[in-house]
Amino acid sequence: MNEKELEILEILEGNARTPLATIADMMEMEKQEVEKIVKSLEERDIILNYQAVINWDHVPSNDGVTAMIDVKVAPKREIGFDGVAERIYRFPEVKAVYLMSGAYDLSVQIEGKTMKEVAFFVSKKLSTLDSVLSTTTHFLLKKYKHDGVIFEPEQKDKRAVVSP
Amino acid sequence: MKQLSSKHYLSETARSIKPSGIRKFFDLANEMEGVVSLGVGEPDFVTSWNICEAAYASMESGYTSYSANAGLLELRQEISAYLQKQFQLEYKAEKEIIVTTGASQAIDIAFRALVDPGDEVLIAEPGFVAYAPIVQLAGGTPAPVPTTAENHFKLTAEQLESHINEKTKMILLCFPNNPTGATLKREELEKLSTVIRRHDLLVLSDEIYAELSYDQSHCSIASLPEMAERTVVISGFSKAFAMTGWRLGYLAGPEPLLQAMLKIHQYTMMCAPTIAQHGALEALRNGREDVDKMVASYRRRRNYFVKASNRIGLPCHMPGGAFYAFPSIRETGLTSEQFAEQLLKEEKVAVVPGSVFGAGGEGYVRCSYAASMEALQTAIERIGRFVEKRL
Ligand SMILES: Cc1ncc(COP(=O)(O)O)c(C=O)c1O
Repeated sequence: MNEKELEILEILEGNARTPLATIADMMEMEKQEVEKIVKSLEERDIILNYQAVINWDHVPSNDGVTAMIDVKVAPKREIGFDGVAERIYRFPEVKAVYLMSGAYDLSVQIEGKTMKEVAFFVSKKLSTLDSVLSTTTHFLLKKYKHDGVIFEPEQKDKRAVVSP
Repeated sequence: MKQLSSKHYLSETARSIKPSGIRKFFDLANEMEGVVSLGVGEPDFVTSWNICEAAYASMESGYTSYSANAGLLELRQEISAYLQKQFQLEYKAEKEIIVTTGASQAIDIAFRALVDPGDEVLIAEPGFVAYAPIVQLAGGTPAPVPTTAENHFKLTAEQLESHINEKTKMILLCFPNNPTGATLKREELEKLSTVIRRHDLLVLSDEIYAELSYDQSHCSIASLPEMAERTVVISGFSKAFAMTGWRLGYLAGPEPLLQAMLKIHQYTMMCAPTIAQHGALEALRNGREDVDKMVASYRRRRNYFVKASNRIGLPCHMPGGAFYAFPSIRETGLTSEQFAEQLLKEEKVAVVPGSVFGAGGEGYVRCSYAASMEALQTAIERIGRFVEKRL
């Protein structure tokens, strides 16, 4: 990984829609060169996807729920935590799975249409996996910051329009 | 209310000072809605959170009284270490550094301590709007030395030499420069310093943009041989640490000069804000990473804006420092003031006419690229449309 690659990653993480030509200008490079680097980052599975950060709370008629579930598991012989994690992340309602240190083993993030749907997922699908020992479900009430983006505050420029 | 005759009551000096040309645009632009602003002379970052925290903590601990006149000794020690580490400058915290309310006040007390009526102060122009009026307020005579786009707005030894006469006492340098973004390399400063020493001049070196040097690290004229003894360095926290509202700057220079400035500071200001000084301590101790990040971000935006400006028909040299681009608008046939005013009214983009920065500024506008990439892209689109109609 060289400095140029890192800088391109930084720019794209800030705004994935920055045109390649603009990145080229910003970095004093040729557009083709930027294109080549981005392509290589994609091929090396460093850039996995280009996503929008969306505040669903601002989308009318959206009242989905998100839950973070602490899961304790008994790691399986041979496949260990990875195998259990895989069985969990294959479910489409699962948005994220992390292996954790501390009081529990896996942190699982679920998105559902209703609380009932999430509860149903936990009781019927997650808890019944034979290596899952226990679950603790926390419903997410409000997102303040996600992926480095602050959600609520007016992010307005507070400077005067013209100053010395 | 009945008006007294201002002519009768106002001092000669107050009447002789012209209002800043920026002020006019300030009023016009700040009343309009939906303006994309490139008219701002300050960072678009808010002060780093750890600095704000340090200021809160200082208030909670009851540090709400005056500090020593020259500033908290602890802060002066940090400034001394910082100047040594960043710019190889040697100043003793006790007698050679004064913490001021912004670089602005530093400039003021320096001139008040150094110029007498009749003394001329050379000022490389285009330059920061406050210099000439502050010289006048101190009783001196500002003498502009125009720099030109052909030289990338660098001041050359020849230009300097040709403006020196028997009244010339000192020269004000500001590199990286507001508004042109020009920087000077060590060799270029060496040539200037030869002339300065030959004519026995003092130097006031405003290095507030030193950290914002993109293509090479900043060289201070005070670090050159035999220059420290005749140079007063001015800097502050406004630009590099995104702390404009904290009003905190400093002076560093030879003890006899600084001690005279301290008298003026002590009687007119007492001391810089103590709470802000605690914030500044944190900035110097733990702010390096944030400074580097901000500088990297400005560099990218500079590269984009200057390239795009050239593309839409406003020729612009690549500025080496600060956060200003200074494109030429000559081709449009407008004066810089007409350009800025019409652009604001038609396309709602605020820029500052180059003419307000003095000799050599006409024909250019100052565009601050301390604005979000989105704002810069929108501005370029709008300026492009505006310029296209006039070329
Ligand atoms: C060249 C220059 N010097 C000094 C200042 C004033 O800085 P401060 O906020 O520290 O008073 C500015 C602000 O725009 C500037 O551009």
